[in-house]
Amino acid sequence: MNIIVPIKQVPDLVEELEINSAGTDLDREWLKMKLNEFDDHALEEALLLKDEQGANVTAIALDGDDIDKALFAAAAKGADRLIKVTGVAGTSTHEAAKAMANVIQGLEYDLVMTGVQAVDDRDGQMAVLLAHYLGIPHVSVVTGVQVAGSSVTVHKEYGGGMVAEFEAATPLALGIQAARETPRYVPVAKVRRASRDANIEEMAAGDLGVDAGSTVAKMYKPETGAGAEMIDGSAEDQASKIIEILTQKGIK
Amino acid sequence: MSNQIFVIVEHLKGNIEDITFEMLGKGKEIAGATGGELVAVLLGSGADDLAGQLGAAGKVIYVDDPQLAEYNPQAYCKAVSALVAANQPKMVLVGNTSMGMDIAGGVSVANNLPFIAYASGIANDGSTVTSSLYGGKMNVDSSPGGDGCVVSVIAGSFPADAGRVEGSPAVETASADIGDLSIRFKQLIEPEGGDVDITAQEILVSVGRGIQSDENLPMAEELAAKLGGAISCSRPIVDSKWLAKTRQVGKSGLKVKPKLYLALGISGAPEHIEGMKDADLIIAVNTDPKAPIFDYAHYGVVQDLFDFIPALSSKL
Repeated sequence: MNIIVPIKQVPDLVEELEINSAGTDLDREWLKMKLNEFDDHALEEALLLKDEQGANVTAIALDGDDIDKALFAAAAKGADRLIKVTGVAGTSTHEAAKAMANVIQGLEYDLVMTGVQAVDDRDGQMAVLLAHYLGIPHVSVVTGVQVAGSSVTVHKEYGGGMVAEFEAATPLALGIQAARETPRYVPVAKVRRASRDANIEEMAAGDLGVDAGSTVAKMYKPETGAGAEMIDGSAEDQASKIIEILTQKGIK
Repeated sequence: MSNQIFVIVEHLKGNIEDITFEMLGKGKEIAGATGGELVAVLLGSGADDLAGQLGAAGKVIYVDDPQLAEYNPQAYCKAVSALVAANQPKMVLVGNTSMGMDIAGGVSVANNLPFIAYASGIANDGSTVTSSLYGGKMNVDSSPGGDGCVVSVIAGSFPADAGRVEGSPAVETASADIGDLSIRFKQLIEPEGGDVDITAQEILVSVGRGIQSDENLPMAEELAAKLGGAISCSRPIVDSKWLAKTRQVGKSGLKVKPKLYLALGISGAPEHIEGMKDADLIIAVNTDPKAPIFDYAHYGVVQDLFDFIPALSSKL
């Protein structure tokens, strides 16, 4: 079984986000990036399938800041092959998905598993767009994958903890919400070793001919703090004030 | 392109989901302002009786097909894409829900239409769509082109009441050539019972990523016990397997409306806000003064959780 796992780096939301001078995108100069957490889950689910029954796992990413590090980390966790797709300048998911599709079309694959969403996919989610460019069926918001021969059992999560079970044939694309296990941790030393030993293959994106289809007029911060009455002081002062509020409201 | 506004109806086990009414309400405003027609797109098998709840729409397009008896991502993508191709609506509204996340992108690629995701606002003239991105930390206004677009709408962005209109809109039956499917629906698995029902709790102490480790959970559990409430959480806590799925508040979890919602270390991504914004009293504690949760809280505390939780616990 061959599993392709598209991954990408996204801005770390723990850091302060600033807007560029044009007011249309983040100021990316000092942005701290991290692996999209849902992609981490997709990789984990792929590696679980590999552990359980053997699979060849390929991590693939578009060229960009810090991407080599993310690919080497995937190798350190157990990915067998690393591919970097070059020649994509835009930030739209449509373009990214088309570029991925161009490259993946030339690979052998049964499953394509990527994160269900990312914090910056304004023009849509990778999994579903990629599936349609590849012309293969797709399920999103997946919380568990089991494979028996060429039949794949997929758990898709609805609201309220309800899960729908589907049975699907390969090839199939999946947008992973959560792996069955917590994504594995990999020590820095192992990533460093992977960066010496593993090889990143570069492949050209080829012709895209698609874009987001819409344009960004402006980016702005929502009115943060407008709703809440902020309580200042030390933790002790703040706790006392909260007790006062709860008493007032008849809650305590 | 026609002047139609499509709303893709979401239903499960015979119930139309709130997101559908939210989109119908907004769709009606857009149709009104642009002289367009609001069309509810209903897919199912023997589900035509649901049309009576779709009175906000000027028309219901109904596709009855045995392959649509249960929601199926592949069948829905094919059917909706075909209807969009045949009718050329100027806007297709889809929920940013588990089902909608399968459909919106598929329709976009199949029909070569722009797709604007995570919409929390839409200008009534249809010219601007506001997306809530970066975990709710940034809003982005996008202008769709002139030839139709797909928009996925975050649940809770528009009032459902505006779209919850009984009536008997004209029902136009359509067929969709769904063809062979390689994905088959097997079964619905209900959430495991036996745990505390967080939707029935009057007081919830809810923890998010800020709790850092499952080793810190007892501190929050103690606080919940002292307040006479239960512990709930945001999605990352469940994905990390620190708490059961039954404790999750938000889009893929449960919708709660307690008397007190104490959010500890929850930044307030739109997916979470969806599940708790109607609580009577929301108190948020976070180290980040710019956390979006403070937009929705009544009271905000910027503090280290591990200083604040013991301080509050000791006073109860």
